[in-house]
Amino acid sequence: MKNRRKNALILLFFACLLLLAITLAGGALSETASETNFAHKNLSPCPAYPFGIDWMGRDMLARTLAGLSLSIRVGGLTACVSAAIALALGTACALSGGWVDDLISWLIDLVMGVPHILLIILISLACGQGFWGVTAGVALTHWPSLARLVRGEVIQLCAAPWFRMSRRLGVSRGQLLRDHLLPHLLPQFLTGLILQFPHAILHEASVTFLGFGLPPEKPAIGVILEESMAYLTTGRWWLALFPGLTLVAVVALFALMGERLRLLLAPASAQD
Amino acid sequence: MRHRLQFTAKKLIRMALLLLGVSLTAFLLMDASPLDPLQTNVGQTALGSMSSEQIARLEEYWGANTPAAERYLGWLGSALRGDLGVSLLYRRPVPEVIGQRLANSLWLLVLAWALSGAAGLALGVLAGASRGRWPDRLVRGWCLLISSTPAFWLALLLLMVFAVWLKVLPVGLSVPIGAAAPTLAQRLRHALLPVLTLSITGAANIALHTREKVVDVLDSDYILFARARGEKHILRRHVLRNVALPAITLQFGSIGEIVGGSVVVEQVFSYPGLGQAAVAAGLGGDMPLLLGITVITAALVFGGNLVADLLYGVVDPRIRRGAARG
Repeated sequence: MKNRRKNALILLFFACLLLLAITLAGGALSETASETNFAHKNLSPCPAYPFGIDWMGRDMLARTLAGLSLSIRVGGLTACVSAAIALALGTACALSGGWVDDLISWLIDLVMGVPHILLIILISLACGQGFWGVTAGVALTHWPSLARLVRGEVIQLCAAPWFRMSRRLGVSRGQLLRDHLLPHLLPQFLTGLILQFPHAILHEASVTFLGFGLPPEKPAIGVILEESMAYLTTGRWWLALFPGLTLVAVVALFALMGERLRLLLAPASAQD
Repeated sequence: MRHRLQFTAKKLIRMALLLLGVSLTAFLLMDASPLDPLQTNVGQTALGSMSSEQIARLEEYWGANTPAAERYLGWLGSALRGDLGVSLLYRRPVPEVIGQRLANSLWLLVLAWALSGAAGLALGVLAGASRGRWPDRLVRGWCLLISSTPAFWLALLLLMVFAVWLKVLPVGLSVPIGAAAPTLAQRLRHALLPVLTLSITGAANIALHTREKVVDVLDSDYILFARARGEKHILRRHVLRNVALPAITLQFGSIGEIVGGSVVVEQVFSYPGLGQAAVAAGLGGDMPLLLGITVITAALVFGGNLVADLLYGVVDPRIRRGAARG
């Protein structure tokens, strides 16, 4: 029989390696990505330039890789921040109860009530757009669902007999938090964190595409696709196809990793 | 019955409070933005040629020197009377602009909402009922792929295939150019690609969640018992009934997703709807319109949640009786 655990670990390892390679390659290529060369422009994909050349003679492969690298970095930063917010608010909610719980639950409902895109646009505008605008926007809108999950989990843990017993035995709050709550929350939190990545990357790309995110001189995927719009009707399909396709691949890789990790970390489904 | 009314009233009050919170948050965010109402509306060059008295009068007009709290209360007061201000971009009252745009968007939203819900439910039940076999793998793979695809790129892809390459569907807009009285067929033809994009992206999420629920139900003791008794039609009699509640939650919870998706999709197809107006308002610094759209959208989402809460009682007799007792 195949060993699912081992397979999943191998997949995780190679996925991480691939993503790391893309991030590094994109970072190294960010100079090449904005190099223009009007001697050859509007080339459709060929062996020398597998992703083609745009109307300013820029290599689309370099641009795409640089864009993906930027996406992964922004996605990583925003996913970590929003997961940290979710953990803090979710535990605070469940542990303090009373009006704090009511207030944070209300806040969760509030953030979930406005479509993400609209809220990100508003926050990005408030922060003066650009890199920090979109980062703040994505980071501040993606925590509610994970916070709700953490809250439910902590409430369940607090009701567990062993937790109540150690509380009665006089274990201090800090120790309870460190020894009993965090180890149980960690798997949920890790999966939640990785599953934030796809949403964060997609929302960053969408908001940049709409013109509220990363500035147009940066080779972000959203910028590339936004520019390609003007050339689509003239039949330059490669400008939109490959950057989008690779973005889908990267996001799907993150989603797959999160999904596998979730199955692996939950004892009931580890052998599923 | 009285308890149902009490329940509804409680929910309505909560909804009003949330809407108040949304408007306050949006207002504060806009207030914090470095966009200067004078510069965005009058323009740098015009501002430079004005005398200081003129500038002072304009500042007074846009309330640049009034404190934020006072301006918010002023906005709230007139908003409660149905006056959401005047859109700076379109030079018309905000409710009028929103009403017109919403009428256009409603075509997309309602069609995509119904289509994604139906397709998502069907795919989810199919996948859950055949867990581990190829239909399940296929549906799960498809959903993973679609939920990793940005809606605007999917829209671009459909546009490239159907409008540019095959030339069977229009590239954009909601009606043909110059059509004074568009027919229903023309409207539908123009709505087809946006609706398709929104439905495909929306259905994936609903299908995945429905699948989880179906799997949960199939693992339960009562299904085991029903199987042991040799019952037939387990799917129809037990699974669908028990999946109905989460399906309602998902369906009405997806309103926000659909509206959010429409912002991006309308931009790709130049569809003159609410989402496009939101983007134009944001880029053009049209604060009253953006504020109005945010509040209206949030009202749609909260309204959807309210309807879901009320439908629970209709669908599930246990909740109905539980509400009557408590």
